[in-house]
Amino acid sequence: MSSPSKALPAWIDVGVIPLINILLAFFVSGIVILIIGEDPIEAVKIIIYGAFGNDYNIGYTLHYTTNFIFTGLAVAVAFHASLFNIGGEGQAYIGGLGVGLLCLALDQYVPFWIILPLAIIASGLFGAAWAYVPAYLQAYRGSHIVITTIMFNFIAFSLMNYILVNVLIEPGQMSPESRDFLASAQMPTMQEAVGWFGIEIQKSPLNLSIFLALFSCLFVWLFIWHTRWGYAIRMFGFNENAANYSGINTQRLVVGTMCLSGVLAGFVGINEIMGNHNRVMLDFVAGAGFTGIAVALMGRNHPVGIIIASLLFGTLYQGGAELSFEIPTIQGEMVKAIQGLVILFCGALAYMTRPTIERIFTAIVASNGTAKEQTNG
Amino acid sequence: MDDVFLLLLSTLDSTLRVSAPLVLCAMAGIFSERSGIIDISLEGKLLAAAFSAAAVAAISGSAFIGLGAAIITSVLMALLHGFACITHRGNQVVSGLAINILASGLTVTLGGAWFHKGGQTPTLSGDARFSPITLPGADFLSEIPFLGTIYVELISGHNLLVYIAFLAVPITWWALYKTRFGLRLRAVGENPQAVDTAGISVTFLRYRSVIIAGILCGIAGAYLSTGQNAAFGKEMSAGQGYIALAAMIFGKWKPVPGLLACMLFGFLDAMAVRLQGVAIPGIGEIPVQFMQALPYVLTVILLAGFIGKAVAPKAIGRPYVKER
Repeated sequence: MSSPSKALPAWIDVGVIPLINILLAFFVSGIVILIIGEDPIEAVKIIIYGAFGNDYNIGYTLHYTTNFIFTGLAVAVAFHASLFNIGGEGQAYIGGLGVGLLCLALDQYVPFWIILPLAIIASGLFGAAWAYVPAYLQAYRGSHIVITTIMFNFIAFSLMNYILVNVLIEPGQMSPESRDFLASAQMPTMQEAVGWFGIEIQKSPLNLSIFLALFSCLFVWLFIWHTRWGYAIRMFGFNENAANYSGINTQRLVVGTMCLSGVLAGFVGINEIMGNHNRVMLDFVAGAGFTGIAVALMGRNHPVGIIIASLLFGTLYQGGAELSFEIPTIQGEMVKAIQGLVILFCGALAYMTRPTIERIFTAIVASNGTAKEQTNG
Repeated sequence: MDDVFLLLLSTLDSTLRVSAPLVLCAMAGIFSERSGIIDISLEGKLLAAAFSAAAVAAISGSAFIGLGAAIITSVLMALLHGFACITHRGNQVVSGLAINILASGLTVTLGGAWFHKGGQTPTLSGDARFSPITLPGADFLSEIPFLGTIYVELISGHNLLVYIAFLAVPITWWALYKTRFGLRLRAVGENPQAVDTAGISVTFLRYRSVIIAGILCGIAGAYLSTGQNAAFGKEMSAGQGYIALAAMIFGKWKPVPGLLACMLFGFLDAMAVRLQGVAIPGIGEIPVQFMQALPYVLTVILLAGFIGKAVAPKAIGRPYVKER
């Protein structure tokens, strides 16, 4: 990634430039909607109403947001060590397998409050295990993490396909899904949770996993910026040689960082398997691992940015689904196109607008300077 | 015995058909990556090209106009990749990923809006498709036992794009190893400073490489939707761009080993279809999912250095900053 050339004030670097990049992505998306003959302004209205119109829609939006926070954090943690984890999709998928196996094994025997911590550990462990192999191969065998994590996504798809079709499938059923979990392995939905306080909302997939997501954000913030391990990760990401010479075991650091990344991605399993579907099924990740990359790039690898970016993508996913319902010419896949554009403008072309903004900024500063001189003189 | 021979021939025949788009994409990847530009976007270019080919062929009724549209689309995406990676020195993996996701979203969005079939394009027939070509002498040679059968069953009877795919390999080899352009292309992937010092533009060279990659992916896309199939379907590339990427790495970024890797992966795919539900003596039934995962597993093992060593071009993934 190219580095900034000249010093601009921080608020321009982390505030104005990302905002302009996002607006560019949305602008191009608007052009696409114009091309297919629909009104982009109308589309934006439907998306916003579809995402926030009532408590049911908000529930869906926040449910998607939860997934994206997990995968966004996963990508961001790896990014801090300048490792590119494209494997969030596979790690989340396998993390869900971990949750599913645990719930299927224990739901008849133990109550919820024992299953929950075990399920969180299982999702993290399985996710981490799926990240461990590519990490080990990168650190000790010199193969490239990007390629191996891509390969591991595909291996995960095949593996899950095999396990669901041949092992976990409910006897007598056609569709490759496990049996439903018993109540002891179901994460309380937000409807039930606020019901305890006497508040009534509609039932949506939103469940208590969102608090795990927010807690993960806090943890990542503390870990990356306030611990010596986080410092080591950032140093390694900034300059591998410097980290090596300062006595950090860089191989272990690569493996550790990727495993943490895998843990975070694996938590998607808690939200989807325990919180939403209550059974193991095919394709429950549905691209959240890739959206995590867009989220991390847009959120500048910072937990606060990631929450904002996740909320934006949650809005797009939920609103986009409503949009394709309201305007049948616009397919649900439009959201994917927008996601691609966000990755393009916030990631690959992140520094495209910088020189122009630099010029404008210096011009403004200069004209302010002369204006002051004139008033003084 | 004859049955086994014919079964083998038909398996090899479908191997050729399955591996043709892989070969084109792998050669595309070689051009791009040997010049130092990581090309994860093979998948996206393939998908976008398949869509354009089918859409334009459906409207114009000509497979060749469809092919042209596919190549133009794919080259435009390659140029976008180049604009991000070469001109703006963006992260090449991020840019490739963006193109893949963009292609996956845009094809269905535009297809759905234009043809109202949920992202599918109308079914093509007649001149709107590349139909099988019977090579000269096939009737006459079929009389000859063995060799004649091989000629008729295996070599003859594919469509034009399959032949182009396999011709692309010697052409890639010749371009890379026997021309001045190829020498410079390989040099710019290893040591761009040296090439720059010799007074050759790194930027222009890399742009040409990604454009060639775009052309090849364009042909592969047209093959998918107007040769192998008769319409574009949602996500029809189904990871073949990534398999081609794996094959290219498996072939150590070289044309002929790359071809062999594509054929191996194509063969595994053809076998997977035939072995479904068949128990092999001593082993039992091989799960189809295992066969599907095998190309990826093999590539991971190779990359880990357990079977030979795959060494990427030295300057790959690093944007070139000209010193002033």
